[in-house]
Amino acid sequence: MTGTITGADGRTRFQTTVARVTGHQLFWPVVALVVLLLACGIVSPGFLDVTVRDGHLFGQPVDILRQSATPLLLAIGMCLVIATGGIDLSVGAVMAISLAVSLTYIAESGTGSNLSTALTGLFLGLVVALAIGVFNGFLVTVLGIQPFIATLILMIAGRGIAMLVTKGQITTVTSPPFKSIGSGFVLGIPTPVIIAGGVFVLVALLVRRTALGMLLESIGINREASRLAGVKSRNITWFVYILCGLLAGLAGIVYGAPTMAADSNNIGLMKELDAIMVVVLGGTKLDGGKFSLAGTIVGALILTTLERAVVIFHLPTQVTPLFKALVLIVVCVAGSERLRGKLKIRRTSRPVVAAEVAA
Amino acid sequence: MSIKRKRSWLAGSVAALAALSLAACSGGSSGSDDDSTSGGGSGDLIKVGFSQLGAESGWRTANTDSVKAAFTKENGFDLTFVDAQQKQENQIKAIRDFIDQGVDVIAFSPVVETGWDQVLQEAKDAEIPVILVDRTVKTTVDDPFATYIGSDFEKEGDTAAQWVKTNSPDAKIFELQGTLGASAQVDREKAFDAVMGDNIIGKASGNFTRAEGKAATEAALQAYPDMTMIFSHNDDMALGAIEAIEAAGKTPGKDIQIVSIDGVKDGLQALHDKKINYVVECNPVYGDQIADLAKKIVAGDTVEKKTIVTDQAFDQTITQDTIDARKY
Repeated sequence: MTGTITGADGRTRFQTTVARVTGHQLFWPVVALVVLLLACGIVSPGFLDVTVRDGHLFGQPVDILRQSATPLLLAIGMCLVIATGGIDLSVGAVMAISLAVSLTYIAESGTGSNLSTALTGLFLGLVVALAIGVFNGFLVTVLGIQPFIATLILMIAGRGIAMLVTKGQITTVTSPPFKSIGSGFVLGIPTPVIIAGGVFVLVALLVRRTALGMLLESIGINREASRLAGVKSRNITWFVYILCGLLAGLAGIVYGAPTMAADSNNIGLMKELDAIMVVVLGGTKLDGGKFSLAGTIVGALILTTLERAVVIFHLPTQVTPLFKALVLIVVCVAGSERLRGKLKIRRTSRPVVAAEVAA
Repeated sequence: MSIKRKRSWLAGSVAALAALSLAACSGGSSGSDDDSTSGGGSGDLIKVGFSQLGAESGWRTANTDSVKAAFTKENGFDLTFVDAQQKQENQIKAIRDFIDQGVDVIAFSPVVETGWDQVLQEAKDAEIPVILVDRTVKTTVDDPFATYIGSDFEKEGDTAAQWVKTNSPDAKIFELQGTLGASAQVDREKAFDAVMGDNIIGKASGNFTRAEGKAATEAALQAYPDMTMIFSHNDDMALGAIEAIEAAGKTPGKDIQIVSIDGVKDGLQALHDKKINYVVECNPVYGDQIADLAKKIVAGDTVEKKTIVTDQAFDQTITQDTIDARKY
């Protein structure tokens, strides 16, 4: 019976499918990502090649995946915080603090080549990140400080704390096991990709297989109404700030591990804005409520590919920010529901994407 | 910039936990941050007030250490050292304090170029000679300072370029730029490009950091497959580049040569390990040179208006002893 229906109005069905696909919040971000990757492949033949070297995957797409791990980890936490209608500006500074704590511990211990030392360092870094998450969540939920202000405190002061830990120096250590967190491979796949992928799956299961995701959205849409309906909005909100802090710490360690240098001034600098951008690119609105975790993957990949494309396209460094801005504007404009409603015909927005290839 | 560079560990690690979130905000009261090495009969010691701009990098810390090591009692100095924590008002306050104390010489690294007119005039009225360290000022005051001492970024870029010109004149160079607009980036690039400009096939910024230097190099290896050399504006980015090159299955220093500027310990170690080919030093250890200038000025000798710190350059013949002697 189903077969006959498909046959009868297959065309209409096709059209509805097309409309549904193009209307999906992730459609334009995905198009942008694919176009960017293809453009890189055309400009620089071999860009899309993935080979196996020394028993692990190697190639530009692998590098992109590996580098996307940091923004993805940040964005997953940020996405949940934003879903509750909040924001966490401290994640960049938390990256610096966690890395500083981990590397300082390893440096002080003097036994960096031991696996146990590296693991303890990792653990300490994460514990500090967790504590910061608890602190942020406390300010926001218990004291009722606006998230923007509450997390701004650590965004500004956090680097001071990281400096305190490293005594104002750039702490460098040698610890192969710790280094492998950022630059190693598991079954041929870069470790950061495994870590970020694993975290993504866990968080996705947590919010989508339990009621947590729905509760988060309800808090984001109307905190008071949710509370009156029996949602423990305080605990849930607190939890997402803790998770966000923890993931930021993990991101800092994954980001800083390959170079083994706790540069408190620069690790995670402006990364909070990258994370917010990744979340927004992924189709989550900043005013809270509905969120898209899958979107963070697309957003993180776009961000990383963009940074790489700048070099691949041989663009002068001075125009890099302009190029990034152009692509992001195009993605946002193309994804604007209001604009599409006004234009009615999909066709009209195509040339916009074509222009991006030229850029 | 000033926010992220802030540091207040001097405030005491005991208070650290209590002041957790406010640690870096407390810079306002930093005049109290005196690290005075004075104490007791100064006799015929030369009283020096030194206002350092902050401690934003390993380079600056090494600079501070060398100043403290040079202005000792044994060398005939009574040093009052104040860390300005990246704030001009702290520096102005410190300089006024120096004037009130009637020091013999004031030395400082100005955190910004402008806004010094009044305080420099006050120092001049008090007839206290001023030594500018590392950075210079723009002022309407006539003859505002006795002398300036610092590094010459252009000369560093030129030294690097001359080595390349002599040793690999046909190199196809990819230039890893520092943070765009920083004087170290602008001047090093200008001088290097003036000599080797025709050989440069591409440029990208790594913002002076290892991680971004690595990312930029990964992309550059794909974008410029015929590259044979990387010129990096600092050692950190060069170290990141080494990782990217090794990951791509090439040998840094051989398949792709690396020329870098700074001379920090890690960079020199990589040079010794034959992963970098040439390092031009940006020397922070010139406290003794400042001390010499101070002595001459107080003795009434004439000194040059400008002293450029001698930067060494190292190739792969560097010895492990030289590296181990590095403190930064």
